[in-house]
Amino acid sequence: MDAQNELYHALLSVNRPAATKLLLETVADWTPAARIEKLITPVMRRIGDEWESGQVSLAQNYMSGLICDDLVGAILPATGRATKNHPPLAIVTLEDHHSLGRKIVSSFVRLAGFDLLDYGPGVTVEDLLVKLKRDGIKILLISALMLRAAFRVRDLVALARAEGLAVKVIVGGAPFIFDGQLWQDVGADAMASTASEAVSVVERMAREIK
Amino acid sequence: MNSLQRVLTALGQKEPDRVPFFLLVTMHGAKELGLSIKDYFSRAENVVAGQLRMREKYRHDCLYNFFYAALEVESWGGEVVYFDDGPPNSGVPLISRPEDINKIRPPRVREVPCLQKVLQAHEMAKARVGDEVMIIGVVMSPFSLPVMQMGFDKYIEIMCERRDLFDQLLRMNEEFCVEWANAQLEAGATAICYFDPLSSPAIVSRDLYLATGFEIARRTIGRFKGPAAIHMASGNCLPIIDDLAQTGTVAVGVSVFEDLAAVKTAARGRFAVLGNLNGIEMRRWTPEQAEAAVKDAIAKAGPGGGFILSDNHGEIPCQVPDDVLMAISEAVHKWGKYPLHWLGEAPHEG
Repeated sequence: MDAQNELYHALLSVNRPAATKLLLETVADWTPAARIEKLITPVMRRIGDEWESGQVSLAQNYMSGLICDDLVGAILPATGRATKNHPPLAIVTLEDHHSLGRKIVSSFVRLAGFDLLDYGPGVTVEDLLVKLKRDGIKILLISALMLRAAFRVRDLVALARAEGLAVKVIVGGAPFIFDGQLWQDVGADAMASTASEAVSVVERMAREIK
Repeated sequence: MNSLQRVLTALGQKEPDRVPFFLLVTMHGAKELGLSIKDYFSRAENVVAGQLRMREKYRHDCLYNFFYAALEVESWGGEVVYFDDGPPNSGVPLISRPEDINKIRPPRVREVPCLQKVLQAHEMAKARVGDEVMIIGVVMSPFSLPVMQMGFDKYIEIMCERRDLFDQLLRMNEEFCVEWANAQLEAGATAICYFDPLSSPAIVSRDLYLATGFEIARRTIGRFKGPAAIHMASGNCLPIIDDLAQTGTVAVGVSVFEDLAAVKTAARGRFAVLGNLNGIEMRRWTPEQAEAAVKDAIAKAGPGGGFILSDNHGEIPCQVPDDVLMAISEAVHKWGKYPLHWLGEAPHEG
C-alpha cells in the first residue's frame, strides 16, 4: 500500500496511532513540506470529495481533519503552518455553540495552506464587528446551524457595509444547504456546501482581493 | 374517520380517507396567542392552547407537544438561550471536558419542572381530545442528545477515541430516555417521536451506526410502553433502512434530500414514512409552490397508505408564513383524498 492509501485508510478508521506512525516515522525522511503537500493535502482532498459524494461520513471527515491538524502541528511546531501569502482570514460560529462545521472547515482551510483566525462559537454580530475591525479581516467564513443565526448574517453584512469594512463573507451550514437561495437573501458574497468547497472559494477570493 | 383513526390506518399500511398530515409547528402558537416564544413555553396551558388553535386552523392530524430540543439539556442542568425569532437553543455545553461525564447524573423526570410542564401539556391535551387525535411526545435519542450535552465536535471525538466515556454517557442517556418517554406516554402521549439525526449515514458510517446508534435505538425503543417513530431530523436514512426496520419503529421521518418514492418502496410493509417538505425553503414558498410540493409528495408516497405528510425536520421555522401553512393544508385536503384517482392508479388494497 502506498503512503497516500495508508494514510487514507488510517484516517477513515480513525486510527490515530497508524496515521502518526506514518507521518512521523515511515516518511520521516521526507521534508515537512513534502509530507503536507504530497501526503496530507491530497488525502484530505480525497476525503473531502468523498464526503461530498456521500461515501464518507461527517464523523470520519471531522476526525480526519482533527488528526491531520494535530499531525501538521507536530511536523511544523516551530515555523507555523501558513504557506501562502493571503489577505487576513477568519472563521466564526455565529451566535450558537455548535462548533463542528467551523472546526471541519478550519482544518481544511489550514491544511490548504492558509492561516486563519478562529473566533470560536457563540459570537454575536456586535462582538464580531469589533473583531473584524481589530484584525483587519478581509475574508470571513461564517458557520451557522440554526435558521435564525443564518438571518443574523444579514445584520452583520449591513453593519459592516455601514462602517466601510471591505470584508467578503462566505457562509455555510445546514440552513444554507437546505435553502440554496438563502446565502443571497442574507447578503453573503458566497456559500460553501462543504469544507472542500470552502477552500476553493477562499482561494478564489484571496486571488481576487490581491 | 377521525384524525387518530386516519393516522393509525396509514401506519397500518392501508389507505385511510385521506393522506394524514402533521404540521409540526412549535412556535406559531406563540404568535397566535400574542406571546413571546419564552412566555409561550413557560406554561403548559399556552402550548396546549397553541396546538389546539393550530389544529383548528390548519385541520391537521396531531397535537405536537414538543416544546424545544434544548429542553432535555435544560433538565440535566444545561443552559438554554431564548430568542424572539427562533426556538430556544442550548447554550454553553453542559459537559465542557469529556472527563466531566464522570461527574454528571441524569435527572429524575418527576423532579424536574421543565419536564413536568410537558407532562402537564400531555394531560391537558388528552383531556381535550381524548382518543380522536394523536398526541405526539418527543424524546432526543440517547445517541443524539450528547450533541447538545457536550457539543457536536467533542461528542464525535469521544465516540471515536474515548469509548469508555461514550459508553458511560450513553448508559445514563438511555435510562433517562426510557423514563422520559414512558412518563410522556403515561401522561397522555399517544406515541413518541424519537429524534435521532446522529444515526444518519451522513453523520456516522453504517459500521459505526450498527455498533452504536442502532443497538441503542433497538434497546431503548423496545423499553417504551407505546409506539415510537424515529425521526432523522433532516438526515438521510436510505442506506440504513433495513436496519431501521429492526429497531421497532413504526415510522421514519425522511430528509428532503432523499427520494421519497425510493424510501417508501424500501419501507413498504415494514414502517410508514413521514415527510418530507422542505421547512427551510418553505419560508419563501408561494401558495402555488406549496401546493405543488404537497402534490409531489403525495404522488411519490401516498399510494397504498403508509405515508404521513410532514416537513422533513420535525420543526417548522417560525418564519414560515401562515398563508403557506394554509396552502399546505388546503392542498392535502384537495389532493390527499383516497383513492388517489388523479394519479391514474387503481385503489390499493393496503
